[in-house]
Amino acid sequence: MPCPLVTQGSPGFHGIFGRQDRAEQFFRSGHTNNWAVLVCTSRFWFNYRHVANTLSVYRSVKRLGIPDSHIVLMLADDMACNPRNPKPATVFSHKNMELNVYGDDVEVDYRSYEVTVENFLRVLTGRIPPSTPRSKRLLSDDRSNILIYMTGHGGNGFLKFQDSEEITNVELADAFEQMWQKRRYNELLFIIDTCQGASMYERFYSPNIMALASSQVGEDSLSHQPDLGIGVHLMDRYTFYVLEFLEEIHPASQTNMNDLFQVCPKSLCVSTPGHRTDLFQRAPQNVLITDFFGSVRKVEITTETLSLDRDVAGFESKFPEEELATEPLKYAEQLPVAQIIHQKPKQKDWHPPGGFILGLWALIIMVFFKTYGIKHMKHVF
Amino acid sequence: SRPRSSLRVLSDAQHSGLTLPTVSHYRLFPKALGRLVAALGVRELHLALTQGFWRTRYWGQPPLQAPAGAELWVWFQPTVTDVDKAWKELSNILSGIFCASLNFIDSTNTVIPTASFKPLGLANGTDHHLLRYAVLPREVVCTENLTPWKKLLPCGSKAGLAVLLKAERLFHSSYHSQAVHIRPICRDASCLAVSWELRQTLTVVFDFFSSGQGKKDWSLFKMFSRTLTDTCPLASQSKVYVDISPKNKEKELLEVSPAPTSVHEAIVQGDKKTYAVYDLLSPSLFNTSRSLNVQLKWKRPQDTEMPIPTLHAQRYVGGYGLQTGEICTLIYNTHPYRAFPVILLETVPWYLRLYVHTLTIITKGKENKPSYIHYQPAQDRRRPHLLEMLIQLPANSVTKITIQFERALLKWTEYPPDPNHGFYVGSSVLSALVPSVTAMKDMDVEQSPLFASLFPSSDGSSYFVRLYTEPLLVNLPTPDFSMPYNVICLTCTVVAVCYGSFYNLLTRTFHVEEPSRGGLAKRLANVIRKLRGVPPL
Repeated sequence: MPCPLVTQGSPGFHGIFGRQDRAEQFFRSGHTNNWAVLVCTSRFWFNYRHVANTLSVYRSVKRLGIPDSHIVLMLADDMACNPRNPKPATVFSHKNMELNVYGDDVEVDYRSYEVTVENFLRVLTGRIPPSTPRSKRLLSDDRSNILIYMTGHGGNGFLKFQDSEEITNVELADAFEQMWQKRRYNELLFIIDTCQGASMYERFYSPNIMALASSQVGEDSLSHQPDLGIGVHLMDRYTFYVLEFLEEIHPASQTNMNDLFQVCPKSLCVSTPGHRTDLFQRAPQNVLITDFFGSVRKVEITTETLSLDRDVAGFESKFPEEELATEPLKYAEQLPVAQIIHQKPKQKDWHPPGGFILGLWALIIMVFFKTYGIKHMKHVF
Repeated sequence: SRPRSSLRVLSDAQHSGLTLPTVSHYRLFPKALGRLVAALGVRELHLALTQGFWRTRYWGQPPLQAPAGAELWVWFQPTVTDVDKAWKELSNILSGIFCASLNFIDSTNTVIPTASFKPLGLANGTDHHLLRYAVLPREVVCTENLTPWKKLLPCGSKAGLAVLLKAERLFHSSYHSQAVHIRPICRDASCLAVSWELRQTLTVVFDFFSSGQGKKDWSLFKMFSRTLTDTCPLASQSKVYVDISPKNKEKELLEVSPAPTSVHEAIVQGDKKTYAVYDLLSPSLFNTSRSLNVQLKWKRPQDTEMPIPTLHAQRYVGGYGLQTGEICTLIYNTHPYRAFPVILLETVPWYLRLYVHTLTIITKGKENKPSYIHYQPAQDRRRPHLLEMLIQLPANSVTKITIQFERALLKWTEYPPDPNHGFYVGSSVLSALVPSVTAMKDMDVEQSPLFASLFPSSDGSSYFVRLYTEPLLVNLPTPDFSMPYNVICLTCTVVAVCYGSFYNLLTRTFHVEEPSRGGLAKRLANVIRKLRGVPPL
């Protein structure tokens, strides 16, 4: 039977297209903002490649639209201005020094000693001290898609932070569950580039998490290539090929997650990258790369108009009149020698003796009177 | 110019009219800092982030020195009731703005100086309880600190002098110091109204010898890989000063190109200096070409001797071993006939326990008693040592100050992730009024270039200088951090073997076991023999 000719406005028209539209909507992500938490957990100059890994992902994520205010970047050591860096203020990802991933406009939120397991978990769960500045907070809500990238040295079930502490896969899974219960994410993409990385996502149990790792349990993630001028390995293999893949993505591209899973096969990476999608509701082929690496900007056109007050000059007069001083003010003397010499030390407030001193004296007096008897008291008084 | 090149870039926003304490115009003054100052009741704020150390002996008197790492000192308004709380909030907010770990500033590295760090702006009363000073010597300075500093400038790094400031060139240097100073100043000469001043300074020392350039000729393009093309439209003044002071009265030693718009003489740091000034706002400068590349060539080879500054100091750790040590400070007064006093401020962390009875100050072989000493001992894990002394330095002398200390053993969770690097002791601060070579008259004060006017001077015969010594790196006795793991392994093994064996001995029952029959053939034979009723083999 031929398709009946329908005109716009008839219920049949909306019926067919409405359903298809709604079905497509179901497979599109419902997020309204994007966040990224990028963590490099290694300290010391020979772990240059971990900082380069994190900065490459930072660079891609910024290029695809996520602003600095929505990125929490944690670098455990400073490679760019390290005294051992022959090219200061640069971090290279390729041995011909083609790409300076450090750039000119980088904002590192957690530096050096601030990168600890405690701070990382606090950022994820949102339980941070009240005086933390905004740039150090993950202010995500239930419609945020978050990308979490971690790199460093790891093992079966743990990731080492700065050579002095570890985070286990159980702790990480619990942190994500806390995030889910507090409605701090809509969907989460977790990428880890360490040795035995797949062990870190084994224990996840919260919904809407997709995870990628650079190697399976029992395998080591290898580094890509050393640079003889700088003297260290510049990047890890997995992140190097992920960076190459991401360089081809632009904000409007329709590449999906299945392509990301194919990045770095065993022939290039030597280790076997793994992924986990059973907790994720949508199928990977419907998930765009830009859902996590790019940024959604929702623009709503409004038809309301707002009329601005033409009289801007009148604004100036609203400031209170300044009081002028009656006599000229003076600058303070920088080295008032006479005043300093005659500075009287502040009288210290008298504090009653503390508990320890009182207890000690009580003990001494008790011992004295026990030894010599109470009859000596009349000599005292 | 001298063998080193230093660039002082100042952004002076004197027009913003922010009246204490309320409402505000943010046309030039950045809103982030303006809101901060208003909300926390700050009267003066000085933050400096420095990488490297100023080598006074090779580079001369520093224009504005800062200690290695991060230094923050703040005067609060008298209306602030809880200064410590405001201080903590301030350091946290600044750590977010400047991407530096200033949130590590807490009571263990904050001190309240009583004689140094008097306010640099207008003040009517200096109760030192409103002052806080902290230094973080371990802080690293890199592009992430320069970027927010550049964003505070009215034109950012898009126009004006700030286009020269690219991180890759600035950090390839021997010394890099960026600072932000906020203070209230007189709006005009009559000084009846107050304005807020935000002064951003950047001091960089490029070392061309080490970077392979060889000759001492320099140009803007060589230093920054770019040239000046235009000025910031919001700037009322945009100038480049090149120091062409003749040494030993010799002229024609160097040549500056292109020709400067004017030549200006000023008294800076007590000495008469000649500057070739390029006024970027004058239309004649960009007439011929759109870019300005200031170049300096030396006509004759020149020796590298720098005039020794009147006041300089050095500090080092003496002693051996990991138990005790000694901090020695040497202060040099090279003036031939004038003596002057200097205030020395030392902040030592609590884990180096100072013994004040071993403090000795020796000048020219004799003991030199300070006119004023303020010592505040440390409290473990709560407060650092504070030692402030006013010492008179006789003419042409070296003063040696030594104090012994003992190193403490920290709890194993208090060690940083790289404890074998050592622990830093912040630079000590020397504040002095150094006698000028050339007296400065009143009218010179108004005409002095912008970069020389941070320290207000009361009279022209001496100028105020603040120097910093080297930071110290001391090793504390560091435990072997693998020991907890070793102990756990050993203890568990011992417990398992001993206790396990005893437990087995006590709780197992024993019964006699038949000796096992060996071999399959033998067993089969025994089975047949059992069936036959004959004793087994």
